[in-house]
Amino acid sequence: MPKITFIENDGTEHVVEAEVGLSVMEAAVRNMVPGIDADCGGACACATCHVYVDEAWRDKTGKPEAMEESMLDFAYEPKENSRLSCQITVSEALDGLVVRLPEFQG
Amino acid sequence: MTERIVIIGAGQAGAQAAASLRQEGFAGAVALIGAEAHPPYQRPPLSKAYLQGALARDRLWLRPAAFYEKENIALRLGARVARIDRAARRVALDTGEALAYDRLLIATGAPPRRLACPGADLAGVAYLRGIDDSDALRPLLAGARRLVVVGAGYIGLEVAAVARKAGLAVTAVEAAERALKRVAGPPVSAWFEALHRAHGVELRFGETVAAFEGRGRVEAAVLASGEAIACDAVLVAIGAAPETGLAAAAGLPVDDGIVVDETARTEDPAVWAAGDCANFPSPLYGRRMRLESVPNAIEQAKAAAANMAGRRTVYDAVPWFWSDQYDAKLQTAGIGAGADEIVERGAPGAKARAAWYLREGRLIAVDALNDIPAFAVGKRLIAAKARPSPKTLADPDADLKSLLT
Repeated sequence: MPKITFIENDGTEHVVEAEVGLSVMEAAVRNMVPGIDADCGGACACATCHVYVDEAWRDKTGKPEAMEESMLDFAYEPKENSRLSCQITVSEALDGLVVRLPEFQG
Repeated sequence: MTERIVIIGAGQAGAQAAASLRQEGFAGAVALIGAEAHPPYQRPPLSKAYLQGALARDRLWLRPAAFYEKENIALRLGARVARIDRAARRVALDTGEALAYDRLLIATGAPPRRLACPGADLAGVAYLRGIDDSDALRPLLAGARRLVVVGAGYIGLEVAAVARKAGLAVTAVEAAERALKRVAGPPVSAWFEALHRAHGVELRFGETVAAFEGRGRVEAAVLASGEAIACDAVLVAIGAAPETGLAAAAGLPVDDGIVVDETARTEDPAVWAAGDCANFPSPLYGRRMRLESVPNAIEQAKAAAANMAGRRTVYDAVPWFWSDQYDAKLQTAGIGAGADEIVERGAPGAKARAAWYLREGRLIAVDALNDIPAFAVGKRLIAAKARPSPKTLADPDADLKSLLT
């Protein structure tokens, strides 16, 4: 299974094995990574699964669609590399993905 | 001695409270009692992706099994509470087992209202609340050609959308004169009525079902007017009623929900309630309310857990809701009831629309259809009790962010 590294705001790293086909958000929740709240459960309605995608991975994770981009616009401290992790699907191509968590969600 | 917290109800509120108690540093015993056999799960997909078969069951679980082990949360599934003995601070299960508590959280939710008309117990007449209901509804829809949905609220309309996508003929029968009347203003009702009509749903307003007819299985819904609508499946989705039986039997005040204060505590200092079953005073709106929504369950449970762990916290979040139907996303912030002015943003027929609800100039709610800026800005303005210019709110080209400064 592809490995994904989540790095908390304080630098704590969590390397998890992620099932292909799930979202990156679900991979975090299933592996008890703190800081991914995902209040709406992946409906792209709440912006509480916000992550910053490592620069090296931005091409492979792709760009947010219009609704997601709009949600991100109102997330806590959005940046160029912001994504909602519920909108990124785990694939073999994402083996090694690194994402960082913001200080707060919502 | 180790302190013991018991949580009755393993839905969104109960599960959140258990997790939040640990985050708050509560080190005592936590028991989470669920009547269903399933671990805590998300309900919203049950009328959407899960019902369509587009989401596997294990993707509904709110947390992995390992979470409850790691956090030392005793998950008691398939367990029914028979009564609460407040004098002895004990919860009795229907098996006869008793669980002692120092503090108790009631998070029993709100099951669907039942229809009591003749024929309501015929095969093919369904309700939707839990996984088992959705699992039963999916094959019912797959084997049916004509669905009658009783009630044009969120769940009725969401299931209507799923059924239309699956090719069923769908008639929705609603007692009120418009869809979503209990939760939205007239413009929003009109958007969703147009959306469903465009997808081929027949909407019947001002009509109630007097009986269901059929030989063993439902074959028709008979309206109060006498008209019979032929069907081979029925979903009754006429709202939910708070599950207050245990609280009332234990002598706790109940008035459209278990009555709690702004810290989610009941009049018994050892008992709290949160989520769909709780009737709470909203500081933001200056009145009591009871909400049926995931965000309310999560946020009120967080507040209850903080208070139960000894950190005083007032529950004062802006309520919000969402619904997905066909390719439309509705996001609502605030409560629009009591508005004296509704301002619409977006041209008629536009994909993105919003309705702003004002009371004496103050923004109290927004319904946003495919309009995330309206939702996000609206939520913040509502929290700030702001009085935005109706002219700006109405202008689809306005930069709503300018209202936040």
